[in-house]
Amino acid sequence: MYLPEKSILTSVTKVRVFAILALLLLWPALASAQLRIEIVDGVEGAMPIAVAPFAWDSQTPAPDVRVDEIISANLRRSGLFDPMDAEQMIDQPTRPPEVRFGTWRMLRVDHLVIGRVSDGPDGWGHEIEYHLLDVHTGRILLSQAVGVSPGDLRFGAHRVSDAVYEALIGTPGAFATRIAYVVVQNLGEEDEYFELVVADADGHNPQPVVRNTQPILSPSWSPDGSRLAYVSFATGRSNIIIQDIYTGQNHVISEARGINGAPAWSPDGEQLAVSLSRGGSPDIWLIDAEGQRQPRQLTHHWSINTEPAFSPDGRSIYFTSDRAGRPQVYRMDADGENIKRITHEGRYNSRPSLADDDRYLAVVHSDGDNDFRIAIHDRETERLRVLSDGRLDESPSFAPNGSMILYAARHEGRGVLAAVSADGRIRQRLVVSEGDVREPAWSPIIR
Amino acid sequence: MKIAMRFLALVLLAALVAACAREVTPEPDRPEPTPPPDRERPVETDRIDPRDFTDVRNLDNPDSLLNQRVIYFEFDRSNVRSEFRPIIEAHAEYLQANSSARVILEGHTDERGSREYNLGLGERRGNSVQELLGAHGVSSGQIEVVSYGEERPVCRASDEDCWERNRRTEIVYTAR
Repeated sequence: MYLPEKSILTSVTKVRVFAILALLLLWPALASAQLRIEIVDGVEGAMPIAVAPFAWDSQTPAPDVRVDEIISANLRRSGLFDPMDAEQMIDQPTRPPEVRFGTWRMLRVDHLVIGRVSDGPDGWGHEIEYHLLDVHTGRILLSQAVGVSPGDLRFGAHRVSDAVYEALIGTPGAFATRIAYVVVQNLGEEDEYFELVVADADGHNPQPVVRNTQPILSPSWSPDGSRLAYVSFATGRSNIIIQDIYTGQNHVISEARGINGAPAWSPDGEQLAVSLSRGGSPDIWLIDAEGQRQPRQLTHHWSINTEPAFSPDGRSIYFTSDRAGRPQVYRMDADGENIKRITHEGRYNSRPSLADDDRYLAVVHSDGDNDFRIAIHDRETERLRVLSDGRLDESPSFAPNGSMILYAARHEGRGVLAAVSADGRIRQRLVVSEGDVREPAWSPIIR
Repeated sequence: MKIAMRFLALVLLAALVAACAREVTPEPDRPEPTPPPDRERPVETDRIDPRDFTDVRNLDNPDSLLNQRVIYFEFDRSNVRSEFRPIIEAHAEYLQANSSARVILEGHTDERGSREYNLGLGERRGNSVQELLGAHGVSSGQIEVVSYGEERPVCRASDEDCWERNRRTEIVYTAR
């Protein structure tokens, strides 16, 4: 059964045309910046699954991009699946009637993904038709088609991965998303420079969207995934800038005296909570994304108040404050009322990042002064659980489906990105071939 | 890059000062005919009193406190330790005497902890120095505090030696 996803086709097309444009403009910078993802720790008893090679049923020559391989890699990376190598498959069906379930049962596979790539209905781009089958019952769990624009098979494969993940795990996948991060090239050298990079969630298609000799930090995605707010020192002082990642258009939204830092979008995309020290010490302020309304001060305290994060419903703001002597995470209403301390365990808890609900907060946590790790605070049980094992782990950022936390770590003296599952069982390291990587931010689901 | 440039400038200045010093030092030894006593101290102007904190030349004089422009801090602290007060007082005296002089107080932290919190901490360190300068009579219009947090370390290793050197406020003259 075909279920052409028209709305996806149009939005994907728009996104991809810009992305391709940006890619072409920035081509020379790309070759060296590819991210490689290494799985450090997987889950025991990951689900055995097979993604059979997809048929290439198109007038155009088959590209290097293999949809089935991307799906397999995504599922493996989640830590929850153990995809079979294609060489071990006895047959390679591409349509449901071709599947001999007995064979797959013998290979001890629970689920099978098959499919084919054909030309788009109107000759534009491609269509990925796919089926997810339960090997034990012989039932078809999912039968769909995803339209993609030319050169966009990777994104289509990520969407298929999301659908398979959701059908088998019960929560949405986060493969068709992106990550932003900062890379410092020639660290500590005279020609040191900073890049704000946007890449697919699997590290492919890295695109530098900003480059400067002065520090860049704290990228934050707009809820629609089209813009990034970040802190730039391009003028020698901290400013907050909003940049459209497709058009490259940008504007400064805060350049007050003192610190302009820690931008965080409100869920409706209209405002940003930021940390400004224009009043003498860093406080949380609300500023308008379009610069229409006057900034509004939410906290009034002599301490450091920074790193705000909205709850998904937009009603609460979580932030870091050292009003009690050391940095801890606090919560307040979005109008600045009812400030309450949230974290109590440990000497240092900062930079809260929220999952898809505000039950779980990922924080930078330290017990002493030397080891900084990523921990998760459960607001229901009020317990804190340390998830990472580095010495200088920072900048946690939840995947939009709450499954993983991306963060910055150090590995062999270099800044790298790492990810850990919310339950701490799965660990990954994302390695860029060159440069010092830091300040990751996982995008929302891109629709 | 900025730091490297500044370092280069410092090295060049130091070389210049050293060169000047070499030319000046032999003079007292030479039994030259003494200048007429009523002439107005022609040689004396080249001599710098390192404790004259109003003298612009002491900014580049390694023997003067004015040549010291980095104040160091303890972990997660922003109070100025007593050993650094004389340096700040020297700069206060200079800034008071030279009202067109301007400084940026660059606050820095070590790499530990979150970056945005460290921006706040760096600013606090800049503010501590600013408050001391103000307490010694420097006009607030001469001072600006800019925090770089942990973004501009002078030392890259992840150990206490480096962290100590990175927890600092740099007094940067933008106008002398």
